[in-house]
Amino acid sequence: MGDEAEVAAETMQEVVAPAATRYGMIDAGGGVLHAVADTYLEGCAEARADGFGQLIDLTAVDYLTYGAPRNLPAAVEAERFEVVTQLINHSTRERIRIRTQVNADEPVLPTLFDLWPGAENLEREVYDMFGIEFTDHPDMSRVLMPEEWVGHPLRKDYAIGSIPVQFKAASDER
Amino acid sequence: MTVTENNEAIDGAERVRRRGDDSAVLRLSEADAAMIGADPDAADDERVLLNMGPSHPSTHGVLRLMLEMEGETILRSKPVVGYLHTGMEKQAEQLTFLQGCTNVTRMDYASPLFTELAFSLATEKLLGIEVPERAVWIRMLMCELNRMSSHLLFMATNGMDLGAVSMMIYGWREREEVLRFFEKVTGLRMNHNYIRPGGVAADLPDGWQADVERLLELISPRLEEYDILMTGQPIWRERLQGVGVLNADEALALSATGPILRSTGYAWDLRRDEPYLAYPEVDFDVIVGSYGDSFDRYAIRLNEIRESMRIVEQILDRMPTGDYRVQDKKVTPPPRVRIDQSMEALIHHFKIFTEGFKVPEGEAYAAVESPRGELGIYMVSDGSATPYRMHVRGPSYINLQTMPHLMQGGLIADGVAIISSVDPIMGEVDR
Repeated sequence: MGDEAEVAAETMQEVVAPAATRYGMIDAGGGVLHAVADTYLEGCAEARADGFGQLIDLTAVDYLTYGAPRNLPAAVEAERFEVVTQLINHSTRERIRIRTQVNADEPVLPTLFDLWPGAENLEREVYDMFGIEFTDHPDMSRVLMPEEWVGHPLRKDYAIGSIPVQFKAASDER
Repeated sequence: MTVTENNEAIDGAERVRRRGDDSAVLRLSEADAAMIGADPDAADDERVLLNMGPSHPSTHGVLRLMLEMEGETILRSKPVVGYLHTGMEKQAEQLTFLQGCTNVTRMDYASPLFTELAFSLATEKLLGIEVPERAVWIRMLMCELNRMSSHLLFMATNGMDLGAVSMMIYGWREREEVLRFFEKVTGLRMNHNYIRPGGVAADLPDGWQADVERLLELISPRLEEYDILMTGQPIWRERLQGVGVLNADEALALSATGPILRSTGYAWDLRRDEPYLAYPEVDFDVIVGSYGDSFDRYAIRLNEIRESMRIVEQILDRMPTGDYRVQDKKVTPPPRVRIDQSMEALIHHFKIFTEGFKVPEGEAYAAVESPRGELGIYMVSDGSATPYRMHVRGPSYINLQTMPHLMQGGLIADGVAIISSVDPIMGEVDR
């Protein structure tokens, strides 16, 4: 009985340990991969070649004020921004979520436009909302906010406030 | 870069990968467009920049298009969005998980229950709770009815855009019948806040079966009328067939989902392929097109109404009994009667509605097949009662990217048919 449990534990370790990387990124299990800016584009290209034919989603998270433990693998150094890219393999019906750490001082990542042109507006939105730039993007501009807007609203240090709007037709006598 | 070369070899989406002036997407900033307009010498060719929208009757809300025209032919175009942007993702970070549904339901106002469902599924994933079977089936019933009402709205607006004005009235009329049922169940015609983390807000009212049966009996022959009015009609076909064509590789490359992807003959429907709720237990067909044109997108939606009716019929027969929300005191307020009887229940109720419930830290993504495609919610929680980050993968926003490619080389009158056939809901595009 005790031996069996030991053997089972050993086999489990054996199974888990070698699967630690996939497409050059760290595999955290459950379809979640961790990347850094350097491995991001190549990893995505490898995933695409392996059958992940559609980019389903691309967004970012600003972890500036995150109070809880980040729960990242030991090899991954936590940065302020994380770009979350979701890919889908239609033939195996598998999804992967690539979490890429992006440095706050130099928030730059390569674009995925050449792999999936559908990344264009998703990356524009991330640029608009978080100020993360995607190099070699065909049109790195704001998409939801006005072109001349200053600041990136979904950053955690972007204050929530209100702007007093004067109703022009209102009379002063009240 | 070798990546691009490989891509051209393995798929037929070269057209949508272009970056330069031969691309269908007009990548021009507002300031540059204004400069071209102000420069009298700029127009040495026959090209004209034309602005369409944001308040044009056929542009579905506040979609604005910047079109580069040569005569009546559209060369390049750029959908300019953001006119309805109200920072709903930012706002979601201020609202508790219980209040969150009131926020997300206002995004896609034609199919609000789907956003509520995706939000609830993502929250439940983080909470690790499973909702009772009856709640699952009620969710499925309401969502399929919502798919019908959303596609009926499409029938109406699509008809109106193409000059079949009577269709507009018919579509609204049938949709109103569905909304009337929603009002009876949820209290509201739209923005229901009915599907909530843990189940649904209230059980179905007495006599709901009769209401739904009446609805199905009413709509079924009306769909036959639509076929007579539109599907087989030569003018209608002339306006839609071969207009706005996309192939499957292009649709996949542009991250398109829903009827746009299925119109290219690519059968991908999350209800069948990544089943959620109780979809494996009901019979339905995934409708696909073959040409990827506006007519296919119209026909798919019309037939999806029929498939939804098929699902609703099965739900009528098989609706299980039991709780309509999870009996987990952490997320569920006590029943109304208990509040009158017990101080603890009153406190419990008050705490849940003022402070909300805490959701364990982590991140989760949940996706549902909305009438427009994959609608997903990516949620990050830091263990508090409000989401740390909530992102919506809006199908309208992403499907809008196909529009320039659908329009390129077409006439401006076809452009109207194409906008309509993409069926964007601007509330969700702009969020």
